[in-house]
Amino acid sequence: MKVYRIWALIERDMRKFFRSPALMMASMVFPLVQLIVLGYAFGGKIKGATIAFVDQDHSVESRRVREMLNGIEAGPQTFRVVDYDSLPRALDDLKAGFVRGVIQLPYDFSRRFYQHDRPRIAFSEDNTDQVMASALLERIQQMVDDLNSPAVTSRLDSQVQLNTVEVYPYIEYAKYLLAGSTAMAIFIVAMIGGGITFIDDKSRGLHEGYLLTPIHKTELVLGLIGAGAIKGLFAGMALTIIGGLLVGIPRLWDPVRLFYLTLVVLVASIAMISFMFLAMVRVDDPLVPRAIFGVLNTLLFFPSGAISPIEGFPRWLRWLSVVDPFTYTVHALRNLTIKSTGIEGIYRDVIILSCFAAVMIGCSIALFKRQL
Amino acid sequence: MNAIEVDHLVKKFNHLVAVDDITFNVLNGEIFGLLGPNGAGKTTLIRMMTTLTPPTSGTARIGGHDINTDADGVRYVLGVIPQAFTSDPELTARENMLIHAKLYGVPADKRSALIDELLDSVDLLKFRDTLVRTFSGGMRRRLEIARGLVHSPQILFLDEPTTGLDPVSRTNVWEMIRNLREKSELTILITTHYMDEADKLCDRIAIVDHGKLAALDTPDRLKDSISGTDVVEAEFGNAPPDWLDQLRGLAQAASVTQRDELVRISSHDGPATVAALMDLARSRKVTVRKVSVQSTTLDDVFLHYTGRELRDAAHGASSFDVSHLYR
Repeated sequence: MKVYRIWALIERDMRKFFRSPALMMASMVFPLVQLIVLGYAFGGKIKGATIAFVDQDHSVESRRVREMLNGIEAGPQTFRVVDYDSLPRALDDLKAGFVRGVIQLPYDFSRRFYQHDRPRIAFSEDNTDQVMASALLERIQQMVDDLNSPAVTSRLDSQVQLNTVEVYPYIEYAKYLLAGSTAMAIFIVAMIGGGITFIDDKSRGLHEGYLLTPIHKTELVLGLIGAGAIKGLFAGMALTIIGGLLVGIPRLWDPVRLFYLTLVVLVASIAMISFMFLAMVRVDDPLVPRAIFGVLNTLLFFPSGAISPIEGFPRWLRWLSVVDPFTYTVHALRNLTIKSTGIEGIYRDVIILSCFAAVMIGCSIALFKRQL
Repeated sequence: MNAIEVDHLVKKFNHLVAVDDITFNVLNGEIFGLLGPNGAGKTTLIRMMTTLTPPTSGTARIGGHDINTDADGVRYVLGVIPQAFTSDPELTARENMLIHAKLYGVPADKRSALIDELLDSVDLLKFRDTLVRTFSGGMRRRLEIARGLVHSPQILFLDEPTTGLDPVSRTNVWEMIRNLREKSELTILITTHYMDEADKLCDRIAIVDHGKLAALDTPDRLKDSISGTDVVEAEFGNAPPDWLDQLRGLAQAASVTQRDELVRISSHDGPATVAALMDLARSRKVTVRKVSVQSTTLDDVFLHYTGRELRDAAHGASSFDVSHLYR
């Protein structure tokens, strides 16, 4: 194997890559848009939802509930409360989507309260939107807990309390999503540089020119994957830094962390390019990589835990995430960007991605046809 | 000594025989032409010789290296200019040359001067830093020829080097090939379906049709091998039914054939045959609508050996085009 031939192919791709920023732009635009739009659209706290309040009791106690609702409206602003005098009308508006929930204080609320006969508040919610429903329920449950807590507590309370310690400061969803967007940028480079361009070069006859030289297929495969991996490294690091600045990742310029980020992005690039190369190694039709782009994107990105935790997936989807190189890329990058871990948080991912890349490269070399 | 020895090469694509037991030798320093219509099997043959396609059976030795057992040795002695453009349009002319020089392991201290010299020889030196995507077809073909020479090969293969080029570019490429021959010891193998190209450039020509070798000799000997040295073509009005038989008795006429209204007379002396033809037509009151006399061409040779004209074969070539099978 002659290394100078591998470098010759890498040099060819690098000259084209730096001459035209098209690939770099194409690989960055989509993940950045996704990071900004998805990052700030998802994962934010619910604010300003409309809640109908139907007070059928009109008592001092019902006034107290209304005041607590006013407190939520003024404080966390989870919802704003609109008074209704008719329960059926409130429920109609709930079904029509004008309000997100209906709080009803029945006629006997205060009487039961004073008789210690389990006074009830009814909460009807629109559970077609699970995120909204659980956020409203959590806030109203909190309000009811506050209503139930006694005004004066004993000095030695026997009730068990849960003290929660958050290890990290509040993480906005955009920061959580950054790792997935970086992986996506690498994937797009792999798709365009390793898939589409490879097949286009093949169909335009450029590969025939290389096959006529004494280059071995191992050198050819390593050269093409090497060139793609360097492009993936540039795109991945550029997105990590630009995206990190946009979403406010602290201590982004820490040299040790930058080194680990570079390591993870490089290994992930090699893994994804070699995966793409293997997928395309026997393909000749330029339409194929374009046609499977969306399918591969869905199959790799969503099961990786990039946008929601893997633990929430059904069993079959979890298995998919196990063999998905995105999973380890996202895990390692998330550890570095939002948890600020060192090598201890990424070494397993780096080893798995390296092994994955080695298998993909081996298979690519075995399947690559040196002749037309 | 032979630069190329082709020994019973066969290539089959399923049941289709693209190259059918072809054997020939090419001498050192010779310009050798493979003449045949599109789909005749020329490109398949050249792909086997350049190690791009494995033969079904048979072998070839290129510069003494066997294509089956020493493919790398073949690749080092060969410079190949494929039919399709293989230079990278997103790189400059110099960069294309440089990458190929590196792939062939041309020493770093020689690369720059060699590339400039080769670009100069194809008149592209002033465009060395221009992106290839801005080149015309002729410029690109010249670049491909220069690139094919970057590792100083012993043998150059040109697969349809002027296909798709305008007449001026074709003439330039011919001039380049002649210059290469004069200035170096290169053995050159050209495939073409242009008769004038084969006639003007090649020392020897092999006529290939339907994957088989139909004839092989120098252009002059091929032309001499068919009866008559001239061809008289004529069209007649109100000709009697036995008119062709009467024409066969003309002075110096060797053979007479007719296609549609055009009558072709192979003659050992074209002007004498025309004079006799005019006398005969006048005496038989036959109108001569058109008459021309020309020397025997390779098209006549192709017609003689394959039973059809090269241009007809080219038009009907699609049914024999097997390129889609291995593209």
